Amino acid sequence: MKIQQLSIFAENKPGHIAGPCRLLAEKGVDIRALALADTQKFGILRLIVSDPAKATKLLEAAGFVVKATEVLAIAVADQPGGLAQVLGALEGTAVNIEYMYAFPFGHEGKAVLIFRFDDSDGAIKILQAKGVPVLAGDVILKG
Amino acid sequence: MKDAMTQAASNPMYHPASAPDFVPAPLLRKLQLDRLQAIVAHAYERVELFRQRLQSNALSPSDIQSLADLAKLPFTTKTDLRDTYPFGLFASSLKDIVRVHASSGTTGKPIVVAYTKDDVAVWTSVMVRSLATCGLHEGDIIQNAYGYGLFTGGLGAHYGAEGIGATVIPMSGGNTDRQIMVMKDFGVTAICCTPTYFLHLIDRASQLGVDLKSLPLRAGVFGAEPWTQSMRKHIESATNVAAYDIYGLSEIIGPGVAIECPCHNGLHIFEDHFYPEIIDPETGKVLPDGQEGELVLTTLSKWAMPMIRYRTRDITTLLPGSCPCGRSLRRMRRIGRRSDDMLIIRGVNVYPSQIEAVLLEVEGILPHYMIILTREHGLDQIEVQVEVTAQVFSDRVGTLEALSDKIMDTIERVVGIRIKVTLVEPQTIARSEGKAKRVIDKRG
Repeated sequence: MKIQQLSIFAENKPGHIAGPCRLLAEKGVDIRALALADTQKFGILRLIVSDPAKATKLLEAAGFVVKATEVLAIAVADQPGGLAQVLGALEGTAVNIEYMYAFPFGHEGKAVLIFRFDDSDGAIKILQAKGVPVLAGDVILKG
Repeated sequence: MKDAMTQAASNPMYHPASAPDFVPAPLLRKLQLDRLQAIVAHAYERVELFRQRLQSNALSPSDIQSLADLAKLPFTTKTDLRDTYPFGLFASSLKDIVRVHASSGTTGKPIVVAYTKDDVAVWTSVMVRSLATCGLHEGDIIQNAYGYGLFTGGLGAHYGAEGIGATVIPMSGGNTDRQIMVMKDFGVTAICCTPTYFLHLIDRASQLGVDLKSLPLRAGVFGAEPWTQSMRKHIESATNVAAYDIYGLSEIIGPGVAIECPCHNGLHIFEDHFYPEIIDPETGKVLPDGQEGELVLTTLSKWAMPMIRYRTRDITTLLPGSCPCGRSLRRMRRIGRRSDDMLIIRGVNVYPSQIEAVLLEVEGILPHYMIILTREHGLDQIEVQVEVTAQVFSDRVGTLEALSDKIMDTIERVVGIRIKVTLVEPQTIARSEGKAKRVIDKRG
């Protein structure tokens, strides 16, 4: 259920995102989702790729600092109130959302969001108990 | 003696406080030897480290029979001050010590220095003589923009300016707009500050539409950091200020060890209180006047904390020949570089090793880093670029921001100034073969 997300440190300068993307493209690794967190000083590129282990090896060999973290993909009804329902399920629990971003490909007519929780296992338990679908890793990585 | 003094007094720049500057050389050497013998005996009696070092070399104060005998004595270094922190080199009891100052050392602990009442009087007298050499006197309005506090610059210049009978405006550093307002509204005639700060004042005044040339400001006493001939040219073309280089260091007394005279060809050392030697920094051998080497100073009349053969790490030359101003005090060429890696940023001493220690402490391992010095609007800027390592990298923005803040805060705690910290991508800082290059100085 948990999906490996790769994060890469990038200076906030023109062209600094292209390098890792080009490298993965050349080696046939598919970028399934991507989000850039940027501050005035630096950026963090977050990637979900078809083969996280291979991508990590490639990126590290090219000198990038890569950090793998667990994220969850959650299917959300693609209609008003869809996201509010998911967030409502977590309200009042100790689980905290660090950040989230959209997965560009939907799943079975639903929108998919990538969530980074401070406690993935805790989040899975709560979401499943409340009937919120957490998608399997394969669905996201292979498409 | 009378002839020299008469001649000096006919000099339009002569100030009565400057009389000791013109003492004939033979008399000066005699005075130096008398004082040297007394201070070596005092240090031997009161400072354990000094006594032990002499004893282990089978030396005693009676071995000082001439000024040349000074070369027999061991050196004192900044490490000695650090190792005996805080009061280990004091040669007077605390009841006789009226003041301490401190400056940043190579580790987190500062270097502490002390003064008796007589020492403060000596300090004041050399600062009075410094300001007199710059043509200042009673009736001048002196804006003192050196920092007040543990740093010796502020109070050193303050006592000197009061001592000469001028009106002192104790501005301390910073608050540039207010400095310019005061300079204009109070009719300031002279300023004491670091040369880079004065360049900053020039820039800011021009932005504010204040023409410094229209003000009565005519002299600047600039020190606490090395500066260049091109900075003097810039200052003298943008203002009517005659720029004087003043030299000093806390370990010896503070500002007032040496001062430029109106000939602007080297700085006269107040040799009656601070005895200079030039040594080969590698071998420690004393070099003759005219040869370049490291400046070593001995305090001849500082009782709370005598420094015998203190290695300043400043590279200079004692200029042979006499100065047209008539002073018998020897001159040293202005300081351009040091024999260690100390950086002087806005008057504050910064060692790359301090920054390295902070990075190691905060990150747990030592990342690749580079210290970059620039000058913006005349003010020194320092930036530390730190490569992000796998150990500290996080997918959370907040974690990385907290890391760079922590590095910045810790450097500020250790060094005393706030330094810009930039996280950079791995492998972006150039690796050098052999000794790592940790500092890029882009200041002109």
